[in-house]
Amino acid sequence: MDGTSQSLEQPSTKSGHGSANNAQDAKPRLMLMGLRRSGKSSIASVVFHKMPPNETLFLESTTRIQKDSIHSFMDFQVWDFPGQLEYLEPSFDLENIFGSLGALVWVIDAQDDYLDSVARLNRTILTVQQFYPNINIEVFIHKVDGLSDEYRTDTFQDIVQLISDELSDAGYENAPVHYYLTSIYDYSVFEAFSKVIQKLIPNLSTLENLINTLANNCGFEKTYLFDVLSKIYIASDTRPVDMSCYEMCSDYIDVIVDISELYSWDHPERKPKGDQNQEAESHVVLHDETMIHLLEMNKYLCLVSVIRNPESKDKKGLIDMNCRTFQEALNDVFSRSWEQDQEQSRITEE
Amino acid sequence: MDMRKKKRKVLLMGKSGSGKSSMRSIIFSNYVAKDVRRLGATIDVEHSHVKFMGNLTLNLWDCGGQDAFMETYLASQRGNIFSDVAVLIYVFDIESREVERDLDTYNAIINALKEYSPNAYVFCLVHKLDLIQAEHRHRIYEERSALIRSRSEHFAIDTFGSSIWDQSLYKAWAGIVHKLIPNLTVIERFLEAFAKRIDAEEVILFERSTFLTVTSVSSEVGDLNPIYDRHERLSNIMKAFKHCAARNTHTTPASAGFVVMHTKTPQFNVFLGRFTDNTYIFLVVPPGEAAYNCAVLNTMLAREGFSKAAATGHGDGFPLPATSPENSNGVH
Repeated sequence: MDGTSQSLEQPSTKSGHGSANNAQDAKPRLMLMGLRRSGKSSIASVVFHKMPPNETLFLESTTRIQKDSIHSFMDFQVWDFPGQLEYLEPSFDLENIFGSLGALVWVIDAQDDYLDSVARLNRTILTVQQFYPNINIEVFIHKVDGLSDEYRTDTFQDIVQLISDELSDAGYENAPVHYYLTSIYDYSVFEAFSKVIQKLIPNLSTLENLINTLANNCGFEKTYLFDVLSKIYIASDTRPVDMSCYEMCSDYIDVIVDISELYSWDHPERKPKGDQNQEAESHVVLHDETMIHLLEMNKYLCLVSVIRNPESKDKKGLIDMNCRTFQEALNDVFSRSWEQDQEQSRITEE
Repeated sequence: MDMRKKKRKVLLMGKSGSGKSSMRSIIFSNYVAKDVRRLGATIDVEHSHVKFMGNLTLNLWDCGGQDAFMETYLASQRGNIFSDVAVLIYVFDIESREVERDLDTYNAIINALKEYSPNAYVFCLVHKLDLIQAEHRHRIYEERSALIRSRSEHFAIDTFGSSIWDQSLYKAWAGIVHKLIPNLTVIERFLEAFAKRIDAEEVILFERSTFLTVTSVSSEVGDLNPIYDRHERLSNIMKAFKHCAARNTHTTPASAGFVVMHTKTPQFNVFLGRFTDNTYIFLVVPPGEAAYNCAVLNTMLAREGFSKAAATGHGDGFPLPATSPENSNGVH
């Protein structure tokens, strides 16, 4: 527990000191806000630091802005705000906080009285919206694991109603606000974060088109493009999301990562016995003939598909080839922005 | 045939609340660690039969540990409980405040066992190690083991430190099961020859429903793997995924499972597949597409040999020494 809280702090102090430089400001920024004890730091730790959910009980309350740089397929920053911080006061530099904002994630504790939180959120939206009308506002109605199904829907509708009513009263119609029911004890917070991140990806529609083409041609039931580290999916085919597929895919990544940890030791005696692709590839067939297929795309991303159609399963070679073609296309899509990023980071390191 | 159908009586004993039923549920009934909170106290003796590796059935006697029960086991039930025991598993709670009294009870049990089944194996699990701070764990466990050993009469006991919250539980039970399997040396000899032929770094045999390691062989290079608890960790990983698969395909964890798993990475290749009715085989081979496919093919061939042997009545299909060279000859 100590180790994780330290690792939380380290990157933030580093980036905290150098936050003035421009390269960092260019990265899209995710802002975690909400009242104190609503679960912001827990969300950040579970999603970005692989902390087991039950250990978040031991997290200390956040006293200053925690800045976390996430290096992945797309570099971005996560800023974890202390709940008590009065950032709307004139002494705070709004430009500095919201300047390169990608999304504002507002966390509401659904098990608590949420009127305060909603009022504060509305004030924030109205202030921020004047200067930065393009900001995505994402509301996480959090800790819903403790609520019954019925109560959950009621709470959800109540909060949505409260916010949209008040915003339209203030003359702000059709505000870009999105709502999610989340909990760190299941997959919902990953699902919600996936949606948030996806909106920040400039070529999302290209990616989705590519995945759709691939999935249709290979007879996949559902395909996800995962960020391996955080297990957020950055794109998927546009068929309706099936939670069970997502859980299995995400857990299968864990299996492969864990097994790799056990057998990837370095030793001069370990020699390959022939040619093989440089990217990891894996598939498993379950008891009910469902097949899960995983292919590493690059350092950060992997493609995971669920295949149930018996005809397509037999054509494993074809699937592999199609996935490789997809891999090339994907790297083409990303390559330009990527190379630039790498060069930039090299410069800043020097 | 009947000779080969082995039923082994396994006694699970220890003080009330030490965690006997919890670990039994996790290993044999597909519970996950947090589910065991639902378990109540065991009253008297709960019998269960666990089929393990086809021709081996474990006859598990989970003996409730409250003092009143303990007394009846040692007095009126003595002959019934302690005769024909193959294995005694005695569980100690590391957090217990009356160590001396626990040891006295243990000693009384050991004496009863000595009387009725002097050849039984004895395993002592020092349980709930997760409650001890990591840096003291090893020392406290060693001290406790030494104490237990001194009260074990003539039995050469094995001790394990365990916790239901990590892979140590799998290590302890794999050790226990390892001792119980008939003609294990035959199996091991076969695996060794097989591993050599397909040039595998490591070959592990897992039991199908529990995912406990039955046995494993590794090559000289494979032995250099710095991660010593990898087998237990694998059991843990695969069982967790089995639970996930069961949850998401709407079946019970008992009926969920894997048909086959292939994994190819730049550092190693792994194949997991059904081997005999009750086992999975897990191969680790160096990277190389062609060599990998060859190894998989050979595993399939070896499996056919096994199922033939099973058809002719050799139980789970593990070959008698006479048939094993035939099998390895079939390997190309």
